[in-house]
Amino acid sequence: MNTIVISIKGVSYQYPEQESLALNNVSLDVYKGEWLAIVGHNGSGKSTLAKMLNGLHYPSKGTVMIGGYALNEENVWSIREKLGMVFQNPDNQFVGTTVQDDVAFGLENNGVEHGVMQERVFASLEKVGMTAFLNQEPHHLSGGQKQRVAIAGVIALRPDIILLDEATSMLDPLGREEVMNTVRELNEKEGLTVISITHDLEEAAKADRVIVLNEGRLYTEGTPQSIFQLDRELLNLGLGVPFAVQMSQLLADAGLQLSQRHFNEEELVSELWTLNFKM
Amino acid sequence: MDIKLQDVEYRYAAGTPFERPAIADVSFHIPSGQYVAIIGHTGSGKSTVLQHLNVLLKPLKGEIEIGSRTIAAGRKEKNLKEIRRRVGIVFQFPEHQLFEETVEKDICFGPMNFGVTENDAKKRALEAVRLVGLPEDILKKSPFDLSGGQMRRVAIAGVLAMKPDVLVLDEPTAGLDPRGRQDIMNMFTGLQKTNGLTCVLVTHSMEDAARYADKIVIMHKGRVHRTGTPRDIFRDADSLTSVGLDIPETVRFQQLFEKRLGRPLEKVCLTPEELAAEIGKLRGEIS
Repeated sequence: MNTIVISIKGVSYQYPEQESLALNNVSLDVYKGEWLAIVGHNGSGKSTLAKMLNGLHYPSKGTVMIGGYALNEENVWSIREKLGMVFQNPDNQFVGTTVQDDVAFGLENNGVEHGVMQERVFASLEKVGMTAFLNQEPHHLSGGQKQRVAIAGVIALRPDIILLDEATSMLDPLGREEVMNTVRELNEKEGLTVISITHDLEEAAKADRVIVLNEGRLYTEGTPQSIFQLDRELLNLGLGVPFAVQMSQLLADAGLQLSQRHFNEEELVSELWTLNFKM
Repeated sequence: MDIKLQDVEYRYAAGTPFERPAIADVSFHIPSGQYVAIIGHTGSGKSTVLQHLNVLLKPLKGEIEIGSRTIAAGRKEKNLKEIRRRVGIVFQFPEHQLFEETVEKDICFGPMNFGVTENDAKKRALEAVRLVGLPEDILKKSPFDLSGGQMRRVAIAGVLAMKPDVLVLDEPTAGLDPRGRQDIMNMFTGLQKTNGLTCVLVTHSMEDAARYADKIVIMHKGRVHRTGTPRDIFRDADSLTSVGLDIPETVRFQQLFEKRLGRPLEKVCLTPEELAAEIGKLRGEIS
């Protein structure tokens, strides 16, 4: 768990013709095999940071080290093989005319042998539950289905690190859980390092570690538990709090006795009952 | 303006080897001035239904009444422009459709296409940015220099500038942070309540459907599974889970609490605020 796979040191970035820095002196490490959630409001620098990690932008200041190499224009292609990225809107990522062609595209580009390619395409689509759609056009799928195909396309390349940039934001809750379970399985069984950029704190709650960005700076980092103790401060950061935490606040406002902000709904109901209704 | 769908059926790529059914036997009513949510699992046909509401897709069977027009299967339809003006669709990630040099030009594009003069279009652009809660000086900026949330508002302003009677919203908050999401949703409710717009929200957020809708239509495998008021729909949780949908977090929490209480509360609560108040009231009665 302690091998560093990505090391970001003092990174700043400014978009052309923008007055403020999109990223301001951000430093952080990502460890092999961990599930790291990066959370922040729109415009906090999350997506800019994501683009730094596979050379879509290069820092104005500071360095990005991936697998021990400082990312630059020469090695960006070999680094993109290590780090697969799934974006928010899968339409921007489709190239194939059928689902299986699309998933095969990256493999073909990397010269993977035909037989192996077929196996991997099928296996990847199986992992995201999309084998029934092999020959359909990606553009005719629903938003959530598209997103699963996009994830399959990245998994097929067997990267060491997968970066999900709001990649489940268009899925319904069940679909989201399915896809997240898929990624989790790869994380647990195959040691895939996962960086998930999200403002869904429920999703961040399942991470090993959470980093909070605010206005381009690293605001705080810690375990999900420690992050949720920030309570109403999270709202000021533009983040949504998990339902049980929100419900705890509202119940306390309504005059009910509670000893703490609960993260778990069952525990909240239990305490709500014991302290307020048990005669 | 009322919209009524009657036995609407549609198949993608009809007459080709790629043909597959999208929706069938879809009938429901969107009453003028109401807020109707269409919910369903991924691939349930929500987006296909949406594209029928301003005749981007024509039914292969059945018919759709849109105001005084009737669009029926198998007929050539002309002059759809007026329908497209009156039923404004905000697609998923509408900011991808921004293209002009300035926000003002971008917002004016729609109305001018529909024959509004440049001067009037500019007046409408000003009104529209106010409606979506953006500062006036944004009109002179490039839409591409704005944040994601601002771009989304500009795109919505472009639809509002056409002065539609019905606003159709396809996952309008996808990709926005929680604060941005809440702001945008409150903006739509404001437009519905104060400007009398009919709102149709296509979403998979049960929370949004519970909080904002007057009426809910549940789609499942291309068909209408149920329609009703939020309280009717969420009272029957089993019917929702049977089609792969979640119940709102508030309703789930209420059920957990009712299990302890040993009896149901007086009503199904649709928002956490309502539920907290209800539980607070109960405590007052007991002690």
